[in-house]
Parts: sequence; structure tokens; C-alpha cells
Amino acid sequence: MLYKRKVAGNQHICPDCGHHFRITNQEWMELLFDHKSIQCLFGEYKTMDVLDFPEYKKKIDKYYEKNINEAIDTGKAKINGISVLFGIMNVDFMMGSMGSVVGERITRLFEKGTTEKLPVIILSRSGGARMQEGAVSLMQMNKTSAAIKRFHKSGNLFISFLTNPTTGGVTASFAMLGDIIIAEPKALIGFAGPRVIEQTIKQKLPEGFQRSEFLMDKGFVDAIYERHNIKNALSEILKLHRY
Amino acid sequence: MPYTNKIRKTIKNLEKLSEAQEMNFDEEIASLEQKITQLNKREPDKWKEAKNKHTPWERVKITRSLERPKPNDYIVNITKNFIEFHGDRLTADDTAIIGGIGYLKDIPVTAIGTRRGKELKENMRVNFGMAHPEGYRKALRLARQAEKFNRPVLFFVDTPGAFCGIKAEERGISEAIARNLYEFSDLQVPVFTIITGEGGSGGALGLTVANKIYMMENATLSVISPEGCASILFKDSSKAEEAASSLKLTPYDLYELTIIDEIIPEKDDFESKPNETFKNLEKILYKDVSQYMLMNTKKLCDQRYEKYRNIGFFEMAESNNTFSQTTKPQPNIFKKIGEMFGFK
Repeated sequence: MLYKRKVAGNQHICPDCGHHFRITNQEWMELLFDHKSIQCLFGEYKTMDVLDFPEYKKKIDKYYEKNINEAIDTGKAKINGISVLFGIMNVDFMMGSMGSVVGERITRLFEKGTTEKLPVIILSRSGGARMQEGAVSLMQMNKTSAAIKRFHKSGNLFISFLTNPTTGGVTASFAMLGDIIIAEPKALIGFAGPRVIEQTIKQKLPEGFQRSEFLMDKGFVDAIYERHNIKNALSEILKLHRY
Repeated sequence: MPYTNKIRKTIKNLEKLSEAQEMNFDEEIASLEQKITQLNKREPDKWKEAKNKHTPWERVKITRSLERPKPNDYIVNITKNFIEFHGDRLTADDTAIIGGIGYLKDIPVTAIGTRRGKELKENMRVNFGMAHPEGYRKALRLARQAEKFNRPVLFFVDTPGAFCGIKAEERGISEAIARNLYEFSDLQVPVFTIITGEGGSGGALGLTVANKIYMMENATLSVISPEGCASILFKDSSKAEEAASSLKLTPYDLYELTIIDEIIPEKDDFESKPNETFKNLEKILYKDVSQYMLMNTKKLCDQRYEKYRNIGFFEMAESNNTFSQTTKPQPNIFKKIGEMFGFK
């Protein structure tokens, strides 16, 4: 038996098996950033149902009623006293999918990082590009990747932090373009989802396939950090880059 | 036009806001107005007749037809003396991607495309045009080579998507696509993409970073196949027809959305006698390639950056500078206990 409070008191990690439960954006911010250092940016961009896609407007309105403002929160904060720009994706909004607003906020984050010479940290968790915005959401992959290219050319640091689950168009764009790519233990990270692959190739996938450890083994992730250590690891990396 | 109306509404909201809050949104309003002029430049009426010739679902079917010319046919017919090059210099040679050099009339160019067959055996060999990571890395290698020798790059795209399987994931299909989006955005030579058939999601996108995107009249570009969209969102794969029109995947819709730049008309007998259409495309490409070759590299890269930078539709409203609330505020237990005992 597992007590909720025991897990919650342990940063939502199972004390027996080490499973990292999903936590909310608020909890992530409290965990990663210094107290009272957090400032919201680009909150004024809101979802538009540009294609008049069936049911989309209704769905968005429901989320906004619940006070969830798009699938990413972007802002500025401090990690052990070091200023960073950050984005934390929110799976509670349309599966954390990337549409125009997510693309715009991320692009602006990198543009701000380029002019203000600040490092950017993005915590990814997403189902991929948002179907309801069609090819417009697809183009957000190009837009964010191009902004990161300019950001990198200006000599600034981008740390991509992959958590469970990061798939589809998000993995195939900004999430894989970090100078340093770190992940949470056992997070699902891939392009196609495991169920889709199983249906396509008609065989069962090996255990641990598309998990963080698998990706590190194949050479696509720099390091895996448990939730307890993540803040210190980030601040060490930032310090090493002379921020 | 529905898109400009939506943006006008956003501008109105902003103006109201700036009055009420005495905040300055001039910059935002200017950029939105610029977007409206951009959208207005796309004259949808020009294509009205052609647009109504087929329904989106009919176009999906036409574009998947086996007899339709494939990117490999375009490359061989449009670039003279084409020499194919193989391999990504890292893992293997991906048969699903064809790449090499040749002449566009008298200009040396690098041409890269997905390869598809017209019968089953050939299609099995080339994975139905679905590339592995090494395919995207081959494209990147050849584009870098083109950059060194100042050759323009032409991409011809027709793919259901990137390959979906164990090996593709193991070798980092997402990293390969992301890397292409990243590197091509800054390529120092003119890049052009011609979507000739199915533009399947991320798989097509890996070759769709360009100064100008052309699309054949019956080609499609979509974030997901209509069948996939119908089964996920409408929970019924037979609603694919409805999904095809909702996704706005035809060249006419994408042109209005400012995603693609030009639509190439197809002759009625395009499948059996493609030569005339190829000749027309060659002419159009030659004109644009020679024009873009004259641009200096900074302007070239800036134009490509701005093209993608401006794609995006959103409303703008008051930001109270708070983040999304996904947790209910916890009642303060100590306060409650205190109240029970009469403390304040």
C-alpha cells in the first residue's frame, strides 16, 4: 500500500520503486526555482481557432475556464541565484500539444534569450504537434528550430529537459536541439508512440524501449537526473558556463 | 476572408485593452496589421475555380495514386545529367531518399527527394517513401555539400511520413528531423521545396525548410493523415473525408494561410503525360532560382527565417502575469485547527 502523502512528501516519487509521478507546472516551478523569483512572460498570447476545426473552440474554452493558459508556461526565474528563461510544458492542456501559441512563446523566449544573453531551459512533455491547427502547428516546428539556431549562434546555453512523455513534433524539433539534453528516469521519449509502432510492425516492443535509459544508451541523451538532484545539477551546469 | 477577420478581432481587443489599462500595444498591433496585409496579398479568388474542382478528400486520393509521377521522376526530368549520390557517411544509405547533382537548364543544382515506386516490389524496396534517420542525414550531408559549392538546393517531397519502427527510433529519427529543421534554416544558399504528393507530417517537414515552397495542384500537406485524425479525434476512421476538409490540407488553403507560396497547375493528363507540366515547373524554378542566386546570403537567410517566423495565429488578451492553475489551493490545515480553538 502506498500513502498519497508519503509520495507527495517525497517530491512525488514512489519511496519503494522510485517511480516519478507526474507533477503539475506549479510543483515543477517550486521544485526548480528560487522562492519568489518567478515571473510570467508572454501570457498574453491565447489560443485562436484559426481553421474553425470541429469542437476545438469548445475544448479551448473549457481549459480557459479552468484557468489553464495553453500548453506551455514561459517566464523568467532564478536557480540558486542564477537568472534563466524557462518554459514548462503543461500536459493538462490538450495533451501538451504544440500549436501557434506554444510555438510563439518558445520562439519569443529564444529571441529574448538572444538579446538579453540569458540561458534557456525548457521542460518538455507533449503529445506532439496539435492536430486542430493543421499545418500551422506543423510549421511551429520550423519556427522554433530556426529561432534556436539563431540563439545558439549568439553563444548562449539551451538545456532541454525531457520528462514523461515527450513525443512527436516536439521531440522532432526544439526538444532534441539542446546543447545539453537531460531526462527524468524512465520517461517515454520518442517520435512515434509505442502503440502506433506496435500496430505498424505487428510485434511487441522490447522492454524499456523509448525510455530515457534507452535513449542514453543509444546516444541521444546526455544525462539522467532524479527529481531530488535536478535543481543542483542545473545550477552546476549553469555555473560551469559562467552564468 | 475568414483569417483576416479573426486577426481584426484580435486587434480590436488589443485596442480596447490599451484604452482600459493605459498600456501600449502599438508594436503588437503593427505586427498584426502587417500580417493582414500579408494575408491580403494572397488573392484567394484567383484560385476559386481550381479550388472547387476537387474536394479535399478527392485530392487526398489523387495524390496517393500509384500512377502519379513520383519525386524521382521530377528529379530525373527536371535536372539534366543527374548524378545520384549515396549514403549519409554515418550509418547507411537510405533508399527512401534520392539525392544528387545536375543542371537546372544551365545552373548546377543539388536535388534531393523522397523516392516512391509505382508498383509493390519497388515500393517495398524504397519503404514506400518513408525515410529512416540516415535518409534525413544524407539530405543534410548533400545540402552542406551544396552550400560549399554555392549550389541551390531543390527538395521534392512526397511521403506518408517518416518511417515508424524500432530501427528508426533507435537511430534517432526525431533528432535527425530536428537537426534538418535547425541546419536548413541557416543554409547559405537558396533552398526551394516542391511538394509533389503527400506531405506527411514531420517526415515531409524534414525537407520543407525553404525560401519558397511550391505545391502541385493535387498535393497535400498535413499534420496527420485524415484517417489517423478521424480515428483519434472523431473516434471513427470512416470520418476521414470530414477530417480531410477540417485539416485544411489542400494547396489552396495552405496558400491562404501563407504557409506555401505558389501552386503549380497540373494538366488533365498529368499522370500519363507529365512532360508539359514538368516543362512548366522547370521554367518557374529556373526563373526563381536565378533570381534568388543574386540575393546576398544574409538577406537570403533572413527571408527564410521571416517566412517561418510569421506563421502562427493567436489571440491576444490581457495577461495578468499568472501561470496556469492546475492545482486547487490547499486549505491551510493549521489555520483551520487554529480557528477551531478560537485563535485568529
